[in-house]
Amino acid sequence: MVKNKRALVIRTVLGWLIAFIMAFPVFWMTLAAFKTEMDAYASPPLLVFTPTLENFAEMNQRVDYVRHAWNSVLVALGSTFLGILIAAPAAYVMAFHPTKRTRSIMLWMLSTKFMPAVGVLVPMYLMLVWLDLLDTRTALITITLLSNLPLVVWMLYSYFKEVPAEILEAGRMDGAGPLKQLRYLLVPLATPGISSTALLCIILSWNESFWCINVTAVDSGTLALAIASFSNPEGYFWAKLSAASLASVAPILIFGWVTQRQLVRGLTFGAVK
Amino acid sequence: MKLLRSLLFAATALISSQTLAETTLTIATVNNPDMIVMQNYSSKFEEETGIKLKWLVLEENVLRQRVTTDIATKGGQFDIITIGMYETPIWGKAGWLVPLDDMPDGYDIDDVLPSVRDGLSSDGKIYSLPFYAESTLTFYRTDLFKKAGLTMPEKPTWTQIADFAAKLNDKANGFYGLCIRGQPGWGENMAIVGLMGNVWGGQLFNPDWTSGYNSDAFKSAVKFYVDAGNKFGPPGMVGNGFNENLALMSSGKCAMWIDASVAAGFLYDTKRSQIADKVGFAQAPIESWNKGNGWLWAWALGIPSSSTHSGEAKKFVEWATSKDYIKMIGKEEGWVTVPPGTRKSTYESADYQTAAPFAKPTLVAIEEADPVNTTHNKKPYVGITFATIPEMQAIGNFTAQQVAAALTGKMSVDEALDAAAANSDRTMKKAGYIK
Repeated sequence: MVKNKRALVIRTVLGWLIAFIMAFPVFWMTLAAFKTEMDAYASPPLLVFTPTLENFAEMNQRVDYVRHAWNSVLVALGSTFLGILIAAPAAYVMAFHPTKRTRSIMLWMLSTKFMPAVGVLVPMYLMLVWLDLLDTRTALITITLLSNLPLVVWMLYSYFKEVPAEILEAGRMDGAGPLKQLRYLLVPLATPGISSTALLCIILSWNESFWCINVTAVDSGTLALAIASFSNPEGYFWAKLSAASLASVAPILIFGWVTQRQLVRGLTFGAVK
Repeated sequence: MKLLRSLLFAATALISSQTLAETTLTIATVNNPDMIVMQNYSSKFEEETGIKLKWLVLEENVLRQRVTTDIATKGGQFDIITIGMYETPIWGKAGWLVPLDDMPDGYDIDDVLPSVRDGLSSDGKIYSLPFYAESTLTFYRTDLFKKAGLTMPEKPTWTQIADFAAKLNDKANGFYGLCIRGQPGWGENMAIVGLMGNVWGGQLFNPDWTSGYNSDAFKSAVKFYVDAGNKFGPPGMVGNGFNENLALMSSGKCAMWIDASVAAGFLYDTKRSQIADKVGFAQAPIESWNKGNGWLWAWALGIPSSSTHSGEAKKFVEWATSKDYIKMIGKEEGWVTVPPGTRKSTYESADYQTAAPFAKPTLVAIEEADPVNTTHNKKPYVGITFATIPEMQAIGNFTAQQVAAALTGKMSVDEALDAAAANSDRTMKKAGYIK
């Protein structure tokens, strides 16, 4: 009994410690966002200080926050919606009508994620020049969708595999074709999995910065581009950068907080459990 | 007939003025404070000309990557780009930039400091116009020097700097005799190491393009750097670049700091610096050789050949780098904040001299920084801490890692520089410089 209690205390303390370590950068960023630049650079670091909103005011003056945030929303939702739309039929076929090559195709799809994005930067840039799509939301949505697609297919495949094939078979007996099976049987049964895939996809798209910085400029840049304009090799910038980062991550943090129950439920439903 | 001609003329004028009025220029620029000020005042240019401006403001390294991708692929995303002294001659030679030799007389190109003008030219043609320029200075605490009975010469030697540092160093109480860059990077630790190599009589490349890193002179310089850094520098110096040292110096934790002259404005700013009334300026240190002790860098505005609005873009470049712009900023923002290092007239201004006590040493440093005649022995390249060749970034970054490893004691200075020289020779052979 005493042994169990001690193990519980150790586990609890360890859990809190890990949570603290993980949350500390966000906590520190939040503090720095409300400091003056001099306070942000103070050594030893200040925990007690007079808070200021001047960094947010300057951020607002230097970048069009609303436009960048709107671009982030469109890119995250657009790429997620299209991604699910493309990945769901692919995952359905792979889960319920596998062939000899299904496994190797899935591995190949996942292997495309192993290549660093910078490796295809120049060809991708040239393609966008030819298609006249540089600095457009269409380009960013397409690229984000493509880079998330392997993960989305894998996750949906795992969730679909959890659904008993007999249910679909019964549907077939009742005359349901593949589209009807997908729409009326599979999607309702795998809703928690699809939701958590979509949530994860939104988070990944929101945080995507490499392509945003490299293929957008003034019109279609997301919040990632706004943050990139605040670090500086010559000058004080920690407080301003923290303010910009806080304003950029706040929406997705709130989104994650609100949807955490759905996300956890979905993640423990499929193969990620 | 006359009426018809007048009508035609009026129509043409109207159309061309509308075309001009509808022109939008896209500007990619670095987010240094001077550029942010330029962005804030650019509405005046828009009002004067009717040309609209769109801005992409990025951190230096991100901007360099972004602009390089666009210009090399002829993406045509930008009408005006902010580039430095490293890119301008290379890109100008490659035909990627519009030459800017035909600026109007009122622009007074002869007023631009010759060393800066030369650094932004290739084969006698200027390819970008300087917005601000910098060299290297020694910053020191006048109060502590006075207390210790020390005198900082106008142009000290590194040996003197080390002597001063030894006398003022108090590491146990978190006060450091000397702060210099340790962060690895071709524009970070290699900037200071490159200067030290020069004044010890070394150079980056020998006349046959073989590496100069493994010369006795360069090795002595880096041994001095490692020794002084470890004895008098702050802990974790390998992570310190310009900003970290600026924070240390302005919060009163360093006795001396050798870095970009642009830091003078920050250190002298009473709102942000705790040592604003007790900071002195001297030239960057020399040693056995008295040239190449200060780098020369300028952020300049150039126009990519792929721009479809190069005429309008020239108007903006002319406006932003003009004498009138500097005067306007002096009046509106205060003379201490005007973009330094570009024009003789700035330094002739009594207002500037009064507001910025660092004006004279900065001007001397920039005028003395000569990218051609720098080293003790003959060299095949143009540049002070870098050579203006495309291979320099890769060579510089590799060497920077080796020097950082020597600083942290992971390898000896000899091992580090031998590895750097071997890498440099390999790269230069592949690129066809070494036959």
